[in-house]
Amino acid sequence: MNKIVKYVVLDILKNKIVVAYMAVLLLISIGVFNLEDNASKGVLSLLNIILIFVPLVSIIFSTIYVYNSAEFIELLVSQPIRRTNLWMSIFGGLALSLVVAFFVGCGLPVLLYAPNGTGLIMALMGIFISVIFTAIALLASVLTRDKAKGIGVSILLWFYFTLIFDSIILFLLFRFMDYPLEKPMIAFSFLNPVDLARILILLKLDISALMGATSAVFRDFFGGTTGMMIALLSLSAWIAVPLWLSVRKFKTKDL
Amino acid sequence: MLIATNVTKKFGRLTALDNVSAVCNKGQTIALIGPNGSGKTTFIKCLLGMVVPDSGFITFNQQNIIHDWRYRAAIGYMPQTGRYPENMTIGQVFDMMKDIRRQPNSEYDEELMQLFNLPGIMDKRMRALSGGTRQKVSACLAFLFRPDVLILDEPTAGLDPVATEMLKEKIRKEKQRGKLIIITSHILSDLDDIVTEVMYMQEGKLRFHTSLDQLKEDTGEQKLARAIAAIMQR
Repeated sequence: MNKIVKYVVLDILKNKIVVAYMAVLLLISIGVFNLEDNASKGVLSLLNIILIFVPLVSIIFSTIYVYNSAEFIELLVSQPIRRTNLWMSIFGGLALSLVVAFFVGCGLPVLLYAPNGTGLIMALMGIFISVIFTAIALLASVLTRDKAKGIGVSILLWFYFTLIFDSIILFLLFRFMDYPLEKPMIAFSFLNPVDLARILILLKLDISALMGATSAVFRDFFGGTTGMMIALLSLSAWIAVPLWLSVRKFKTKDL
Repeated sequence: MLIATNVTKKFGRLTALDNVSAVCNKGQTIALIGPNGSGKTTFIKCLLGMVVPDSGFITFNQQNIIHDWRYRAAIGYMPQTGRYPENMTIGQVFDMMKDIRRQPNSEYDEELMQLFNLPGIMDKRMRALSGGTRQKVSACLAFLFRPDVLILDEPTAGLDPVATEMLKEKIRKEKQRGKLIIITSHILSDLDDIVTEVMYMQEGKLRFHTSLDQLKEDTGEQKLARAIAAIMQR
């Protein structure tokens, strides 16, 4: 299995996009921290990049990569290799490359300029987001045979997680303004890994007080160790479930 | 050695394989023939586990292949159209396959590589190769690991006459070593002096599976092409 991961990583390094992604992240991070005099302001600016740019690159690059590896996959399934292994290796190679790119480009600068709980949770969330969107990309690309359709599905999923989901939540909030929605909001936040990551990071920043009553409820829930554990578990589930579904599908896929 | 039992595969409304049962034994050289779209390649892909049958099962040495992926170590497969990672060189593809399929203390069979003069073009990228050279790479990969079973899907399509003769000679040699060889081809004259058995498929069904001698006797023809033509006209 490690052998195949090696070939996937070498192939990704060769096409240089992930290296460019890392360079762009590094440039933005260093730029942001040097523009702001206050490190926590810099972290706040980077927050949106992590929550929008990182999922976009992870999901689109992974989807296109899987489609482009059709030949590689076809060549290897006729060889003595377990299909699950092959698929997990492709996932491993992609996730590893994207995580390393994120960590060097964004995680390290954050940890250097803001070496506190906020920086740590931000680096961790970025890693989670990278892996989660790789897993979602794998699921999208194994479900659709057509390349254009698969990439389209990936873009729509990204839209959903970064924009549409929030709009739905906002809509619900306005509709049911008269009811106490703080508790249901916690449940809703588990339905979107991007929201979950945002809440976990914002709670570590001072500005969370600005969010009003909801924030107090969130702070109660996610502030404690149990809440944090549940949040991390649910982020892990966001990796495991799409990955498991995609493996199940890939095992019986006709090539 | 390789036994298919009631294998059925549907692609949407199209039935690619309809209740196919076949027994392939060591030492046999089987010609799998039939019109375009008769399910030959699908059947081969089922044998390799690349296509999963809707019903029925396939066993290799009494092991159901669904539960066992290791059996593929005993198979050399030459696909109809070899598709390889485009930005790898020939040398890298061979190195990768050797790395992935490495078996302890085994020697590689590089005879065909030498015959096809592949060592001289090892640093060419796969995307730059002609169809024929691609076929040569596929053929070399199929023989490289000295497998007990060779599955060759249209091996001579796209090869020049010299290379075709070399490949046929190689197949004959492997046949002598008592391997199971399954070949599909539309060029029946290529198969004439190689095969011992004939499987004829049509519309996803296995019409018959007999020895070549029996087929010749039944039809009274000496050439495979004529014998098949006689069968088709019945």
